Amino acid sequence: MNIFYPLQWLADLLTYRLFGIAGGSLLANAVNFFIFDTAKIIILLAIIIFAVSIVRSYFPPEKTSCYLSNYRPIIVGNLLAALVGIVTPFCSCSAVPLFIGFIEAGVPLGVTFSFLISSPMVNEVALVLLWAMFGWKIALIYIVSGVIIATVAGYIIGQLKLEKWVEGFVYQIKGGKAIAVGMSLTDRLAYAKSYTADILQKVWLYIILGVGLGSVMHGYIPNDFLAQYAGANNFFAVPLVTLLGIPLYSNAAGTLPLVAVLVDKGVAMGTALSFMMAVTALSLPEFIILRKVLKPKLIATFALIVGAGIMFTGYLFNAVLK
Amino acid sequence: MKIRVVGSGCPTCKRLYKTVQQVVKDLGVDAEVEYSTNVQEIIEMGLMQSPILIIDGTLASFRINDLESIKQAIVDAKNNPNRNRGCCE
Repeated sequence: MNIFYPLQWLADLLTYRLFGIAGGSLLANAVNFFIFDTAKIIILLAIIIFAVSIVRSYFPPEKTSCYLSNYRPIIVGNLLAALVGIVTPFCSCSAVPLFIGFIEAGVPLGVTFSFLISSPMVNEVALVLLWAMFGWKIALIYIVSGVIIATVAGYIIGQLKLEKWVEGFVYQIKGGKAIAVGMSLTDRLAYAKSYTADILQKVWLYIILGVGLGSVMHGYIPNDFLAQYAGANNFFAVPLVTLLGIPLYSNAAGTLPLVAVLVDKGVAMGTALSFMMAVTALSLPEFIILRKVLKPKLIATFALIVGAGIMFTGYLFNAVLK
Repeated sequence: MKIRVVGSGCPTCKRLYKTVQQVVKDLGVDAEVEYSTNVQEIIEMGLMQSPILIIDGTLASFRINDLESIKQAIVDAKNNPNRNRGCCE
């Protein structure tokens, strides 16, 4: 039994009865798809973000940095940082204090980068949504490749010894002792509620626009329309969508509805994954914020290494998922 | 009373600054509200998040986008000026 059956029933009721659109027409398909998908995504997001926020409240960054500073700069540290990045709360607002705090606590530069890459890119919201829209295999592929990119990119940055490209003042800051924070269950629930509202406020417009665009395409454009431009055979599609992802900044939740439609219309899965990773991991606003602590050369190196990893993933999955 | 919003200059930080100004006006509290982008201060308090709210030199507990919690933090600070430093967040 499909758990989304009540939503389909609602979408049918609104489309055919309330709006009186004749069943089977292109308009009916578009409207029906729009109502069903918007409702499904928003409900899923609210439930998932709330649950995950509760888990997140157990992993504050202050605790994470303390934990990661205990590891030597071998690739194990990078892998751990990438894994912890999945569950640690992160927003571009906190990128600068987080970066300084990690370095100050003695976390190696490469390990810090593994965290900075994985935290926005591999988030559980994206994971569960991918699961809901494309199935568990794609979700698993996304998380594993995200963790690998973050681990390897951070490891390379660590090996390149780029500390000289970090603004000098970062190494002079002496941090206060991290305050041990005790949170009651009520606090955690309040945090989860406020975090969920915050994220939904940020993404609802993207979701409406993404699904809206999707509905139009779903109803009026043939299913393999985009295959000729961005199918697995087009070599340039992957680098193109990766570049396109840099100025577009949204979190994964806002990007997914659009990605789902693109795939529906013939865009190869690897290309779609590259696009989504680029949107979340490579963001111009975040680069501008990080400029406070990193010299432009380091930001460029970071973007190049991560970009290369994202494109590699895109090509790999275009080749494998045929 | 002196209220400081410290953040990295992101949209959320600026929004918090505006919200705090509004809350101070609504509550009729006699307070000076200041906005700072000196991230170093956050690290010195042992924190790694942004933005943060400092009322009379003490870290205040609040939740982003939760107007009530911001109001509460200011009212608490007003009623109890001798709070312990960094007791809660």
